Amino acid sequence: MEREPEAAPALDKRKKAAVISVVVLVGFGLGFGAAHLVARYIAYWDIVSGPFFLSLRVASAAIVIAGVTGVASGYVLAKGHFPGRDVLETIGSLPIILPPTVVGYYLLEVLSPGTQVGGFLTRVTGHVFVYNASGCIIAAAVAAYPFCLRAARSAIAGVDPALEQAARTMGLPNWRVASQVTLPLARRGIAAGLTIGCARALGEYGATLMIGGDINGRTRTLSLAILDSFTTPERDTMLLILVLMAVIAMTGVGLLGRSRA
Amino acid sequence: MTAALELAVARQIGEFNLDVALTVESGMSVLFGPSGAGKSLTLALIAGLIRPDSGTITINGHVVTDCARRTYVSTQKRRIGMVFQDGLLLPHRSVIDNVALAVRQTRGRRARRAVARSWLERVGAEGLADRRPGSLSGGQRQRVALARGLAGDPALVLLDEPLSALDAEVRRELRKLIRGVIISSSVPAVLVTHDAEEAEELGDVIIGYNRGRVTGARVVDRPVCPGPASGAPESTGRA
Repeated sequence: MEREPEAAPALDKRKKAAVISVVVLVGFGLGFGAAHLVARYIAYWDIVSGPFFLSLRVASAAIVIAGVTGVASGYVLAKGHFPGRDVLETIGSLPIILPPTVVGYYLLEVLSPGTQVGGFLTRVTGHVFVYNASGCIIAAAVAAYPFCLRAARSAIAGVDPALEQAARTMGLPNWRVASQVTLPLARRGIAAGLTIGCARALGEYGATLMIGGDINGRTRTLSLAILDSFTTPERDTMLLILVLMAVIAMTGVGLLGRSRA
Repeated sequence: MTAALELAVARQIGEFNLDVALTVESGMSVLFGPSGAGKSLTLALIAGLIRPDSGTITINGHVVTDCARRTYVSTQKRRIGMVFQDGLLLPHRSVIDNVALAVRQTRGRRARRAVARSWLERVGAEGLADRRPGSLSGGQRQRVALARGLAGDPALVLLDEPLSALDAEVRRELRKLIRGVIISSSVPAVLVTHDAEEAEELGDVIIGYNRGRVTGARVVDRPVCPGPASGAPESTGRA
């Protein structure tokens, strides 16, 4: 029997990644808890907590929408052979190119009940999409979408087509080739796109302001609250919270980077 | 008796023109010729990975390609097993999952894995079941690829230079294994090689290829034929 190379310690790597994930999560929790206590102590928590949790809700919903649509359209663009693919990708990338307020303006034009399209959408769905959390989610999803799309297209196009062909010779239908071969092999690139998209959704400002307004308790996300706080006495509290969150984020990134080295 | 494979196809790629006709009955047929003769292209056409410009391909009596009638059965529905030059095992799945994915005849993960495990045993790779392809040597990868090619109960197995990337000692070892497993499983096989020694050792029939044409076919004289139940293989190539 031929010489056996050393087996890759895949299990060790997985354990290490799991431990680091737990450390990062616990660190984030402790850091946020500390920020919570500090903020409570100086009695501004109520002002901060609303925007924080709204931002989490908005970013979570937005990344699900942008992730699903971005990966699906990235797959079509990477695998499809039809004219106008590049034009479609350019259109999908517009939210990166255009200033966020311009994106917000277009969204407002499309979704406002006073416009033809917005009026039609409102009648069909029975739901208004502006000046509420739905508007914030749409703005954040539109901002995150191009990052998910471009990362997914690039990662999917980078998967060796010979592996997909090998899967077809095994009798796997195309949807199983996509779900069990292509997407798992492209997962790192897709995850990178989702991460950047999530950060973009969390930090969305211009379009959110246009479509959501800045209504305290309804559409004031963390990004909007940060700017608002700079004109109020809560400025120092907000600064403290931002510094703590930045330290936690950098620690997490540092730990992850060290684990990969 | 129904032929395992009947093929008469033409395909132009740039300056290269493939125009071949051949029949494979049983046992191991070897497409032998220099690099660039069109052997691997023929396998890709049989597998449905590339469409011919004209002609027909019949596997086990079923027409899978008929350009005149615009019949084209997808790769997935051709019931073929394929062993590639570099294995092409899925790097994100364990060895047993690679083989289990190819199992078509049973449903349920546990049943598929049981079939996969039995094939790994037959190729002497049972100890590799939980390993990832990236941690295997070239010879181990080809053992697993062979198990995967056969695990789906194929009507025809295609082997595209499965030993060309291996060193001499491992090649000799795997030649015996490939022939033994293919013949004992009674699945007709078509193997591509440019190695004369390999063609002689593995083939029941050697079909010569050169510049996109079949140059002839001959039955390999074997003192004791361990193989096909139907007796001597009857593959032919028509120039």
